Amino acid sequence: MTALVQHVASGVASGGIYGSLALAIVLIYRATGVINLAQGELATLSAFGCWTLVDHGWAFWPAFGATLALSFGGGVALHALLLQPLRNSPLLRSVLVTAGLALAVNGLDTWIWGGASRSFHGPFSASAVTAGGVALSKQDLGVAGVSLAAALVTGLLLVRTKLGLGLRAVVSPVEARFAGVRVGALAAVGWGLAAALGAVAGMLAAPSLQLDPNMMQRVLLYAFAAAALGGLLSPVGAVVGGIVLGVFLDLAGAYVHRIGGELRPATALAVLAGVLLLRPNGLLGGTAPERA
Amino acid sequence: MHVRYGEIRALRGVTLSVELGDFVAILGANGAGKTTTLRAISGLVKTTGEVFLEGSKLFRRTPDGMARLGVAHVPEGRGTFTTLSVLDNLRLGAWTRRGTSTRDLAHVFELFPLLYERRERRAGTLSGGEQQMLAIGRVLMAKPILALLDEPSRGLEPVVVHELFEALRRINEGGTAIVLAEHKPALALGAARRAFVLENGRVAVGGDAADVRGHELLRVGPES
Amino acid sequence: MRFKASVFGLAAVLLVAAPVALSQFRTEQLTEVGVTFIAILGLDVLVGHAGQISLGHGAFMAVGGYTTAILMADHGVRDLWTIPVAAAVAGAVGLVAGVTAVRLSGFSLALVTFGLAVAFPALVLRFDHFTGGAAGIELAGKPAQTGHGAGVVVLGRHLSNGDWGYGLTWTVAVACFLLVRWLLSSRFGRALRAVRDDERAAATSGISRAVAKVGALGVSAALAGTAGSLLAIDTAQVGPGTFSAELSLYLLAGAVVGFFCSVRGAIVGALLLQFLPDLARLLPHVGSREAGPATFVLGLAVVLVTLLLPPALRAGTAFARRAEARTE
Repeated sequence: MTALVQHVASGVASGGIYGSLALAIVLIYRATGVINLAQGELATLSAFGCWTLVDHGWAFWPAFGATLALSFGGGVALHALLLQPLRNSPLLRSVLVTAGLALAVNGLDTWIWGGASRSFHGPFSASAVTAGGVALSKQDLGVAGVSLAAALVTGLLLVRTKLGLGLRAVVSPVEARFAGVRVGALAAVGWGLAAALGAVAGMLAAPSLQLDPNMMQRVLLYAFAAAALGGLLSPVGAVVGGIVLGVFLDLAGAYVHRIGGELRPATALAVLAGVLLLRPNGLLGGTAPERA
Repeated sequence: MHVRYGEIRALRGVTLSVELGDFVAILGANGAGKTTTLRAISGLVKTTGEVFLEGSKLFRRTPDGMARLGVAHVPEGRGTFTTLSVLDNLRLGAWTRRGTSTRDLAHVFELFPLLYERRERRAGTLSGGEQQMLAIGRVLMAKPILALLDEPSRGLEPVVVHELFEALRRINEGGTAIVLAEHKPALALGAARRAFVLENGRVAVGGDAADVRGHELLRVGPES
Repeated sequence: MRFKASVFGLAAVLLVAAPVALSQFRTEQLTEVGVTFIAILGLDVLVGHAGQISLGHGAFMAVGGYTTAILMADHGVRDLWTIPVAAAVAGAVGLVAGVTAVRLSGFSLALVTFGLAVAFPALVLRFDHFTGGAAGIELAGKPAQTGHGAGVVVLGRHLSNGDWGYGLTWTVAVACFLLVRWLLSSRFGRALRAVRDDERAAATSGISRAVAKVGALGVSAALAGTAGSLLAIDTAQVGPGTFSAELSLYLLAGAVVGFFCSVRGAIVGALLLQFLPDLARLLPHVGSREAGPATFVLGLAVVLVTLLLPPALRAGTAFARRAEARTE
């Protein structure tokens, strides 16, 4: 029983990371109609940035905040440089641009920081906290807490503010224009927000994954699966999907003997393919149109 | 204005003027150029003509730019944000205005109690008539100086159409000028002050609504 | 795609002359160019003509490579005969993946193939009784290898392993090239382009869009499988590092740069992938063994080419339709 709770806890923690990255993917998909293939690499870049600040003597949380701000700015800049010029071209082009971006960022990471993995000291110690007779690691609790907080803040932004309303409106760009919404500007904000969320995911993942240029590759796969579970258009679905996936993968890994660590990505792939084939609108069903 | 869709000349030399608070109807058969006229004004299609708003010439018109200038355009598809709630749709109607109050929302709900009932529902689940009401609601929220409406009565039952025109009258009384493109002449002429009839992209008849009403170009058949 | 006989002739001469004129090392590099060329040819069919994205061609290569290796090492099948088998197996995997693209937009295919690229290396490690796990499968000197690792006698002449590999690879490459050319000018190719450019009209041409899309995936994956098989034969080994998760992205990059540069872009892409690290070394501040700068430049090239150049072939809307051409 104790083991079960621990697995669920670590599953929620990983799931929070997947959900944050998935939320970033959904935001960009809604804002510009593109799945950002570079989302994982950008998160890695942010994590490297944070590491560099800490290496130069910054305390963790200030470095975290600074990285968030820089990532936001980077996201806005990338949108302006790469997506806006292609706004009237077929979507394929925009997706290819994100593929190139992924490659370029990966190469940049290796060029600047080298390919060897390094340790990243997160803000949460590895020690355990006992609650109700179960020992839960502070790392898991911290990661779960921060990622869910980030999701919550994003959610409040989307639902309670005028900016959020605009961000939600750009999923229908034609109608948004008729309402006077500056679709381009809001898409840029969407990209910035997504980059910041990716940075959160990266910085939370780095302590346990070891920081190297390819760190987020698998996480990106899990994030895609999570986003698909939510139907690709739903921010809530992405976060919930992430947590569900995280718990599922941890439990499957622990209790189904065939699924050891090396089958985790394959399991996620199976989930991704299954959802896309059988329930393309996500597990919650609903009639979300293909981004129209 | 002249508008071409590729090889097809959709509008040839259409000239329009609308006074403050005016109510103008644009009539004509399908394909005569009614929708194109509205789209040209909003900047959705390129024209070789000029558009002046309150005396100043408008360059490089875009639909969102026009909305920010106070021109609300309700296209044939009603412009509904299908994935958002009715409430969000209404809020978006007021997007370009500085301070919006819950009073405006309350006013819309007063006029359309059905929208209040459905306020949390996804707008895509509403019927055609309800979506049209929602579109009118958005226009009310926007408090524009000019509203362009493209065939709002299309696909609606007669009872709903009457409510629709009642609402349009109110909007007009509130100070908003209306340019209404309609296929069926009777009701439009009943509400409008002036009218133009388009035929093959040209203005065939223009003038006061009462004068236009009796014109032979308008086939007064069973559908009116 | 008309081909001037003179260009063809020149290419043939260069191909034959290269191993004679160049060092062993360069010949090996050119052999690898041949392998990459075949894989990118496959991506050209998919991206350029069917308008889809695959991020998993490295995985298809791996399927082909491991099929060959397992057949040779465990079942003693002669290397040459494993090539078509590898192509078929990889093609089948591609067909299965292609099913996801049929009803849905191209994103689903991109995501699923990405998943394949990431999951495959891990699968290789997991099923190590098949795949040799981290150590891989060693093929040198095995009886299934033509020449048993000591060189091959062709038409009375003795060729070193490297030259034999070069010849084999480029023979297959030319064959694949001709095959693809034929395919693209056939009804199938026309259907692909019709689907890419205007899906609604395509429904009337006799080949359903589903068949066209899935077929393109199958062909493309089969080509990648062929490439993987040849790689295994040429280097006489496979291991989890042979087909990394990044390989898929490199292949796509090579295809994209080539696709935007010329209709015959596959060769451009293949040459670029092979020689970019050498070129990148010309930049200041770049150390001799670093992979980072080359990758960065490649990515930058993709970005620039996609942003600035009109494609040699149209991109079309088969991938996904934009809401409406934006006017802002």
